[in-house]
Amino acid sequence: MRCVRCGLVQHDAPTCKACGAPRAVLPAQVPLRAAPGLPGPPSARDPASLPRSEAADLFQQQARNRRKTALIIGTFVLFVILLGVGFDLATGSLLPLPAAGTVLLMPVGGLAALALSSTSAWWSLRHGDRAVLLSTRAVPLEALGAADPRGRQLQNVVEEMAIAAGLPAPRIYVVPDPDPNAFATGRDPEHASVAVTAGLLDLLNREELQGVVAHEMAHIRNYDIRTMTVMAALLGAILLLHDWAGRLSRTGAVRVGGRGRGKGGGLFLFLWLLLVLVAPLIGRLLAMMVSRTREFQADATAAELTRNPVGLAGALRKLEGAFSPTRSINRGVAPLCIVDPLGLKAGLREGFWADLFATHPPMAARIARLEGMAYQPSARP
Amino acid sequence: MAEWIVGGVLAVLILWVILTYNGLVRLKNRVQNAWQQIDVQLKRRHDLIPNLVNAVRGAMQFERDTLERVIAARNRAVGARSPREAGPAEGELTQAIGRLFALMENYPDLKSNQNVLQLQEELTSTENRVGFARQLYNDLVAQFNTRQEVFPANLMAAPMGFKPADYFQIEAADRAVPAVDLTLR
Repeated sequence: MRCVRCGLVQHDAPTCKACGAPRAVLPAQVPLRAAPGLPGPPSARDPASLPRSEAADLFQQQARNRRKTALIIGTFVLFVILLGVGFDLATGSLLPLPAAGTVLLMPVGGLAALALSSTSAWWSLRHGDRAVLLSTRAVPLEALGAADPRGRQLQNVVEEMAIAAGLPAPRIYVVPDPDPNAFATGRDPEHASVAVTAGLLDLLNREELQGVVAHEMAHIRNYDIRTMTVMAALLGAILLLHDWAGRLSRTGAVRVGGRGRGKGGGLFLFLWLLLVLVAPLIGRLLAMMVSRTREFQADATAAELTRNPVGLAGALRKLEGAFSPTRSINRGVAPLCIVDPLGLKAGLREGFWADLFATHPPMAARIARLEGMAYQPSARP
Repeated sequence: MAEWIVGGVLAVLILWVILTYNGLVRLKNRVQNAWQQIDVQLKRRHDLIPNLVNAVRGAMQFERDTLERVIAARNRAVGARSPREAGPAEGELTQAIGRLFALMENYPDLKSNQNVLQLQEELTSTENRVGFARQLYNDLVAQFNTRQEVFPANLMAAPMGFKPADYFQIEAADRAVPAVDLTLR
């Protein structure tokens, strides 16, 4: 059991060994998913009911992220190679290559696709964070001037949470957007960045800001940032291809069945269909793979780091109230954010289909879990 | 055949000793690192306090007692070195600062003073940093000590020269039970 006051772990001591808080202050353990309206001791916060992220648990999360990063890169490379080979079959761009005795056909498009996709996958792993930050037009906090008290507070809060997580302090960016949102990106804890919108700084008080930053720090610590950054960069590439194919069909460059060139035309059509229909599905699938459960986990870790679930719950409540689309953040970056910046599905609807296609868990469920940890509802805005 | 079995058991045993030793060394270094982090934050706190006291001294002349107590607690805390010593001294300082913050609420011109507000934010942040650094340190100490005490590692820990680490304990003054005289006279 952990002491409420100082966070020390101990077993069945009548009073806390470190700070002397009597056992009576320490309420008995409750299940994590206590109903939100459940009456509990009025002001008791029992960190013992928080899910402890033991070292083993953290390693599991990190291992899962390594697996998923590999899976995402694999899916992307495979998809692009499929496009390249389709191109070869459609245009017949197979170069004959004299080999020992026989003649091998070299698929030019397929090889080009392999080179292109592995290069962009490597690039997304290495510099994906820069692309993500650029696409949201985020500016470094230092560029805003040190005199701004809110900026100073943000820097303090980020450094505090870095200490709590035992990590180096990440770089801090501000996105000039009035809608409140936040995300973290980077390759590993040593090369990580946290970005918040200007609207978030205006809306939240210190305690709530701390909850949000702790949530982002949790993503950094368990390497969610790497998986999600690679995903955002590659998803961006797929969406770009998809938009391009869609434009082709609108301008009439591709007429369904109009060319009448027989087999080649049919294959070209197949390629185009692949881009227009399958690409967004693959994008969705990738996006769904990486979010949701990890949002719950990051919320729980944030509560563990701050020992104050109410702060983050209050922040989520305010973010939910301010649900307008965050315009600076595009589809590719959406799964990285603390709340869905597109302002649809996840927060407003629940149910099987909304669940299946949402990148974020329903807001009500997240708030209920946090309040279950704290026994008390957060202040309603 | 028998040699193979004995050799295998020996190999597993040696491997286990190596892994246990390395795990304990790694944890020990993390505990030391975490203590240094606390030290850094405590130093930041000790440097900030004179600034805040000077900034509010003019407006809070009638609270000389509280201000002097803050300074005295700060000077005692600066002198402490080990976790065992620093704990009570820092606890006292935390309480003195808390009282100062509470009293500052009574002075409206202090609350509108930009300089004081900024110092207050810095000190609030420092208090949080000390708290979070202590939280991390105590968690690591708990992990380190548990790793030494569980069977069968406890057979090896002491011979290999590992000792349980001290927790960073605070609020010693809080723990003293106030003497209440209830006899009717």
